[in-house]
Amino acid sequence: MSRIRKFRRRALVISGVAFSAAIGLAACAPPGSDGAEDASAPLTGDPTCGEDPVVLSAYFETGFPLPSALADQFTRQYPNVTFDIREDQFAVITQNAPRTLQDSPPDLMRLPQMSELASDGLLLDLDPYAEAFGWDTWPASQLEQLRVDEDGSRGDGPLYAMGLGYSMTGVFFNKELGAQIGMTEPPATLDEFDGYLAAARDAGITPIAQFNGGATGGLAFPLQALMASYGDTAAVNDWIYQKPGADIDTPENLAAAEHLAEWIDEGYFADDVNSMDYSQMMSRFTNGETLFMFNGDWESGNLDAQMPGGAGFFLMPPLEAGGAIGAMSAPATYGIAATAEHAECAAFFLNWAATDEEARTIEVETGGSHPMGPADGFMPEVAEGSVTAATLAAGAAISEADGAMDFIANATGAIYAQSWTPNLQKLVAGEQTPEGLLESVQADYESQVGD
Amino acid sequence: MPTPATTASTGPGAARPRPPAPGGRARRRRAGGSLLAYALVAPAALFYAFFVLRPIATSVQYSFYDWNGVTTATWAGFDNYIAVLSEPKLVGAIGNAFELILYFSVVPVAIALFAANLIRSIAASRLATAARTVLFIPQVIPLVAAGIIWSWQLSSDGLANQILRSVGLDALTRAWLGDFDTALPAVGVIGAWVQVGLCLVLILAGMTRIDASLYEAARIDGAGPVREFFSITLPGVRQEIAVCVTVTVISALASFDIIYVATQGGPGDSTLVPGLQIFYLAFFEREIGTASAFSIVLMALVIVVVLPLQRLLRGRES
Repeated sequence: MSRIRKFRRRALVISGVAFSAAIGLAACAPPGSDGAEDASAPLTGDPTCGEDPVVLSAYFETGFPLPSALADQFTRQYPNVTFDIREDQFAVITQNAPRTLQDSPPDLMRLPQMSELASDGLLLDLDPYAEAFGWDTWPASQLEQLRVDEDGSRGDGPLYAMGLGYSMTGVFFNKELGAQIGMTEPPATLDEFDGYLAAARDAGITPIAQFNGGATGGLAFPLQALMASYGDTAAVNDWIYQKPGADIDTPENLAAAEHLAEWIDEGYFADDVNSMDYSQMMSRFTNGETLFMFNGDWESGNLDAQMPGGAGFFLMPPLEAGGAIGAMSAPATYGIAATAEHAECAAFFLNWAATDEEARTIEVETGGSHPMGPADGFMPEVAEGSVTAATLAAGAAISEADGAMDFIANATGAIYAQSWTPNLQKLVAGEQTPEGLLESVQADYESQVGD
Repeated sequence: MPTPATTASTGPGAARPRPPAPGGRARRRRAGGSLLAYALVAPAALFYAFFVLRPIATSVQYSFYDWNGVTTATWAGFDNYIAVLSEPKLVGAIGNAFELILYFSVVPVAIALFAANLIRSIAASRLATAARTVLFIPQVIPLVAAGIIWSWQLSSDGLANQILRSVGLDALTRAWLGDFDTALPAVGVIGAWVQVGLCLVLILAGMTRIDASLYEAARIDGAGPVREFFSITLPGVRQEIAVCVTVTVISALASFDIIYVATQGGPGDSTLVPGLQIFYLAFFEREIGTASAFSIVLMALVIVVVLPLQRLLRGRES
């Protein structure tokens, strides 16, 4: 054999050995790590941003001007603090959250469903700050959704996030179209609501435009609203918080799902809901092409600007007049990475956002949402008859009735895109029954929570 | 400087055995040339190893673990592979990918053959250039843009339904991408629209290589256009068809962008394909292990489908 061929064979052998060694090595050590040291050093004195220049790195959601508006105002009041803001769509934040928190920990970050992030040790425990700032004297229900215990179930345990205001959902309606079918005031019972839906359909008006296309099943909004009409919000919250033994497949929720299926059969939804996205829904509502829309108060400011005086808002009515009311209401969650560089200043910002008068005004006017903070906290004046005034009043009513629920899509990181959405789309197409919907979601939930 | 003959025999691609070199000097020169060849290949090979082989290797590794991407993984053996091949949702995604072959591959190749044949027969006219350009344009449009354009066309007020309404076929109108029965074919139409251009250009190029005297001879023997097509044109562009089918079948099995933009797998799971499901598993469900196993299965699937196709289409030539 010639030397050349020997040489070539040797080269082949060497590279082969190197390649298999790489695979072999990779196979030996399991991927992943136990996480780095976190930033929760014991607090000394009141948390502040100090006097030295600080650049807070922030990761916010595209399309929501509130956090950046707050950041600007904060810099005006505390000039030594500036923000390095990066923005992404919520879906992108959801995908990147674990890696971002691990590899380039932001000081402030808009959080997706957080139970997995918290139990993986990626988020800073905010309880020391809660104590220092006196957040523990606020209504407990405000922070309940932001607590995660060791097993990843929410509602109890250390505080892992704060809200920049909390949003609330219900039913928006077009006042002009409402007048056409004789709806002079919001329905007081579910029966009345059904009557208006039928009247709109008979008058040739699309009763409800609701996004339900792609990977975002917006029929979860009316479904959860109906759940609040038929049953107890606490049971729904237990399910969302992953309390042991919680089940979405209850007789009350089945009645709600059946009611939703009835709405579908009666033709109360636009016939292309399964291909409608959120922006299509908004444009149809603001263009007066539909009477109702299930949505949240984050659109209040927008609707006041786009159709001044033309839109109204009501909470989903109960079965009987004066019955218990409930609504999906959740803080827009912001957390601090476990290894964040300026954790103390970020916490100070979160506290400022809930307590400063300017900040609370921005939250109401820009965000359309109710600020976090003490029950008797400062509230800015809002124009009477505006959607913003209606949603703020509804928020107060829900708070008083203790009827706030988190969103059923937030139970696990994947339950919305992988379970609620496909099953709701199938329900619209008649390929899924109300029983099947709840059974199937519960089965997916158990397999995801079990991991 | 090595002579051309020596470089050819020692280059990395040389496979034919050569008689041993007569003298030691030539051998040394060849060894030197060989080293140079390796040195030249090394940078590309390193990149290839780092960006292609290494990720494949780590995917293989991850596929045997139960891992959320952050905390320490636990060994899972073949559990992930069993899940991929047994969960109805994941198996359904594979089924959808095979159905897409019809739209992404069979339909475009057939249309391209037909159109290329037409264009060839009018090759001299300006119309041929125009037709070629029009049919090739979809190929230069980014897939994401194509997905957006088509999701407008196929929406309930889009062009497709406007045309149906204008001819009185109101009963047929629907939200094409939102209907369980039509979503996958509707996505397929987008894919077919994109792929026709590529196939057309390839096949047209192939047709120019066919000796014109063959057509002349056939015509003298009394062959009509159909006979000409099947006896001369089709065998003549066999190689090009093989390339088209290979490229489009891979794009069907590994499709992601068009579907992600147009339907995101919905409604229900009716347009879910492996590429999309891998993305959901890895980035939404944070099941890195199952996602990796699914990617390995997808890779194997592509190889298993494409290799026999290659043999079949290349046929006698190889």
